[in-house]
Amino acid sequence: MTRPRLVTGARLHFDAVRSEHVLLVPEGIVRLNPTAVAVLELCDGERDMDAIVGALSERYAGADVSDDVRGMVDAMRDKGLVVDAGA
Amino acid sequence: MPAPRPLTLIAELSYRCPLRCPYCSNPLEIGAAAYRDELATEDWSRAFRQAAELGVLQLALTGGEPMLRRDLPQLCAAARDAGLYSSLITAGTLFDEARAAELKRAGLDHVQISIQSPDPADNDRIAGNRSFEKKIAAAKLAKRLDFPLTINCVLHRQNLDRIDQILQLALELGAQRLELANTQYYGWAVPNQAALMPTRAQLEYGEAAVQRFRERVGPALDVLWVLPDYYEDLPKPCMGGWARTALVVAPNGDVFPCQAASTIPGLTFDNVRAHPLEWIWNESEAFTRFRGTDWMQEPCRTCPLGRQEQDFGGCRCQAMRLTGDAAATDPVCRFSPEHHRVLKAREAAPDGEFVYRTMRPIADGVR
Repeated sequence: MTRPRLVTGARLHFDAVRSEHVLLVPEGIVRLNPTAVAVLELCDGERDMDAIVGALSERYAGADVSDDVRGMVDAMRDKGLVVDAGA
Repeated sequence: MPAPRPLTLIAELSYRCPLRCPYCSNPLEIGAAAYRDELATEDWSRAFRQAAELGVLQLALTGGEPMLRRDLPQLCAAARDAGLYSSLITAGTLFDEARAAELKRAGLDHVQISIQSPDPADNDRIAGNRSFEKKIAAAKLAKRLDFPLTINCVLHRQNLDRIDQILQLALELGAQRLELANTQYYGWAVPNQAALMPTRAQLEYGEAAVQRFRERVGPALDVLWVLPDYYEDLPKPCMGGWARTALVVAPNGDVFPCQAASTIPGLTFDNVRAHPLEWIWNESEAFTRFRGTDWMQEPCRTCPLGRQEQDFGGCRCQAMRLTGDAAATDPVCRFSPEHHRVLKAREAAPDGEFVYRTMRPIADGVR
């Protein structure tokens, strides 16, 4: 995965009725925890993985988030929710 | 206990359609005067807002053929304003460059195009309309406009043998999703049941073909296989449970817990022109009648597998049709005393002649 982006048609949405973030996809709803939202907001097809990890590490006071972030993006890719803009 | 919140609104914008598919899920009474009295743009827009306030996130714009509504761009914009994710469920024959681009600008999120068969002549025979080339052009146009594309194919005895070609076609078209919907026996599929009922061998081949395809292609194309429930021996959680996750609004504004619910006698269905959706969902007789598990009879009430909250007793419309009692256990269930009716229905008729969908009065004896 070089430059991840949300799959075509996927849209981040705040569900005000249930007070939670969701990813809306064709005929599907994926509930997201705050970390997943933070990662997916950075998956814009421009940033590469290092840039995404760097931005999140900064947000979480320099913590080493690399493995967690890469694991999360890979899991999203395996579910077809994230694709590689660099492929 | 408060009612659960719905996630999906199925908006049947019109029952008009250029296709005549013999398994259409619309009611047999689509030609009735009541259904020709279609909701106005502002009625639909209000319903979308009320649905969003109730918790709905997904909107299916369907029919009939939703492209026949001239105000479709306004409806897509209203859906987007309400915060809903919108899907257009179309046969594709009217999805031309100018109209598709207009829908894109209006905020339509996703396009689903049906095919009846991967073989052009067979597609046109099943659809009762020359439509294959237009569908393929529509799918390519949807891709060009950067819509996520779903291909939908209703499966039955007369197209299941082409399953490998269906999978290949969806891949070649660049679809993101493929819905392989084994026929459910509601609406027009009821008078066509014997012509549509697949064999067990066809279904086993089909399921294995889907599995092989998934392993080969991976997540780039998500293949959904809707279970053929007449070959199951435990019922499906129909609609995710009665009035639990979804609601259906008919072209005239009547609101149903599922597309087939109008076949259940004795239930009163309320209309969005007269009542807010919230009241219809939470309070109306039709929505509360089979919600939860309190209405269940034996054998559901003391289900030996404890599946009451998993399958919700199966499908109420199927129970009605096969046993005459909408509160009975779905006879797909092996514990139903009427399960033999499902076993009998697996026997296919030899001729395979279709009763095509029509808005004209249908011949006596069809049902």
